[in-house]
Amino acid sequence: MSTAVNAQYEAEVRDPLILGKKSYHQMTEDICRPVEGKANKYWWTAFIISSTTMTWGILCLCYTIGNGIGSWGLNKTVGWAWDITNFVWWIGIGHAGTLISAILLLFRQRWRMSINRSAEAMTIFAVICAGLFPLFHTGRPWLDYWMLPLPNQFGSLWVNFNSPLLWDVFAISTYFSVSLVFWYLGLIPDLATIRDRAITPTRKFIYGLLSFGWKGTARDWLRFEEVALVLAGLSTPLVLSVHTIVSFDFATSIVPGWHTTIFPPYFVAGAIFSGFAMVLTLMLVARKVLGLEEYITTQHIELMNKVIILTGSIVGVAYITEFFIAWYSGVQYEAYAFQNRAFGPYWWAYWSMMTCNVVTPQLFWFKKIRTSAMATFIISIFVNIGMWFERFVIIVTSIHRDYLPSSWTMYSPTFIEVGIFVGTIGLFFTCFLVFARVFPVIALAELKTVMKKTSNQYKHKGVLHK
Amino acid sequence: MARVIYGVYDDESELMSGIENLLSKGVKCVDAQTPFPIHGIEKLLNVPRTRISITAFMYGATGTTLALLMTWYMMIHDWPINIGGKPNFMFYMNLPAFIPVTFESTVFCAAHGMALTFLLRSKLLPGVTAPIPHPRLTDDKFVLHVAVKDESKLDETANMIKASGASEVLMKSMQFA
Repeated sequence: MSTAVNAQYEAEVRDPLILGKKSYHQMTEDICRPVEGKANKYWWTAFIISSTTMTWGILCLCYTIGNGIGSWGLNKTVGWAWDITNFVWWIGIGHAGTLISAILLLFRQRWRMSINRSAEAMTIFAVICAGLFPLFHTGRPWLDYWMLPLPNQFGSLWVNFNSPLLWDVFAISTYFSVSLVFWYLGLIPDLATIRDRAITPTRKFIYGLLSFGWKGTARDWLRFEEVALVLAGLSTPLVLSVHTIVSFDFATSIVPGWHTTIFPPYFVAGAIFSGFAMVLTLMLVARKVLGLEEYITTQHIELMNKVIILTGSIVGVAYITEFFIAWYSGVQYEAYAFQNRAFGPYWWAYWSMMTCNVVTPQLFWFKKIRTSAMATFIISIFVNIGMWFERFVIIVTSIHRDYLPSSWTMYSPTFIEVGIFVGTIGLFFTCFLVFARVFPVIALAELKTVMKKTSNQYKHKGVLHK
Repeated sequence: MARVIYGVYDDESELMSGIENLLSKGVKCVDAQTPFPIHGIEKLLNVPRTRISITAFMYGATGTTLALLMTWYMMIHDWPINIGGKPNFMFYMNLPAFIPVTFESTVFCAAHGMALTFLLRSKLLPGVTAPIPHPRLTDDKFVLHVAVKDESKLDETANMIKASGASEVLMKSMQFA
């Protein structure tokens, strides 16, 4: 069964996945260099900026804990706003990692091997950022264990298993822990490579601990590949279920604009869309700074951009479908919610979303644009912004004017909320920068399995060469 | 007790042809350490198919059962509450609302159970010292383990390994768990 993972036919017309004349040893050198060498000034600049931003976020979080949720801009009508927007945005970003590592593994897309490690790391950091928001939105984060089904002193009053918010607790914690295990198991052989290359005893000791005594025997590899395949099979429905359940937080309510059956697929497509945009934003910088242009090639960028066109178009169709159904259903509240969304006081948010998510990705139909690193970088930033606005639009415009006009109000964030959000971006990049210095950012062992079939040196020769 | 000696090859195709060559001469190849998985090697080395995915199914089934028991006990049996006019009287009527948690629990138990089984079965734990005959076997060297029953035939076998394409033969003794 495990042989099925890599036993693919390679079409003659496909471009090589790895450029340059690489030997196995050269690949090891290239990929271990960022871990073994000293950090350059780009790394330090980025690290100082992102950790400062993170510190600012921590201060804002401390202020929130001390003063309560009243320090945010929420009010009685708009009880969910930036916090849940940021939560859904971050969770969505995380989905690209699982898509690349699990779904593309099942589809036998070998180009994923250059990017899956860092995309999975991104998943984990994004889920950490996402998790902070609901945990702190409870107002009393020290009581967050109340969300778990634990025996307690309230007559053993249990958590409510009928509530989508509790489904979220289970979905997010399962998603986080399974992604972490998937990522770490994949890292073990590469950590062993660093261990065996280590010069100093400290490094040898630390990577010896981290690599769990990996020895790479035929039996180990057989189990390793089987575990990877089954974990991919488990993660695929898991990742779809996570954003489905996140969308249930809204879809199971009766708020006009939220009570929609298309939410699950619409949210999942949006998640993959925003996640790929974030992978591109990060990868385009990382490949430059870490000098990995021969491993993360223009072909990788182009393929990811194609996924962006697909998911971006699905999201666009979903926006239009929502509008059509709001009118076609004949429900006046739904119709008003959508009219208010596009032309009400938050029109600017709606049209920013439309421009960034529906219009800009369509530029990728031009080959020149989707193969240009600069254009891709700019558009990926647009998509990140657009997807943030999508969540803001869905959440705030739906509840700021619902059934009771006397409760209608506006919402704007306080600097504390903005600080926490910006802080999570700092946290995300800090984690990623540390990751890039401590762990190999490319799945080395896995990439070596495809080297002979797909690199420049061996391509089109028909036979395996030394 | 048989001695194990190690043949070091520089390429996976040399390793594979080397194994075939040695097997045809009746040399016992017991295992190989490689920097990445090589497909087909398990057949040459007679490594049996792993049953780890079966354990994943068993862990998953346990997760499903536990989640169903938990939701039944907490929501229906121990403290049934009528929330917003939606009562919790009958398990089968509330079951649809319990499916998400049941699904997540299934995946949770299957994934973690299988991962732990893999680590234990392959003896991978923090603090375990890896037996590494050649320092570059996690980089670009391929190490074949050859069992020699008769100590007097060590040199003869070593020469056969060399002749099969190995760049080096290591005679050190390593402790494999």
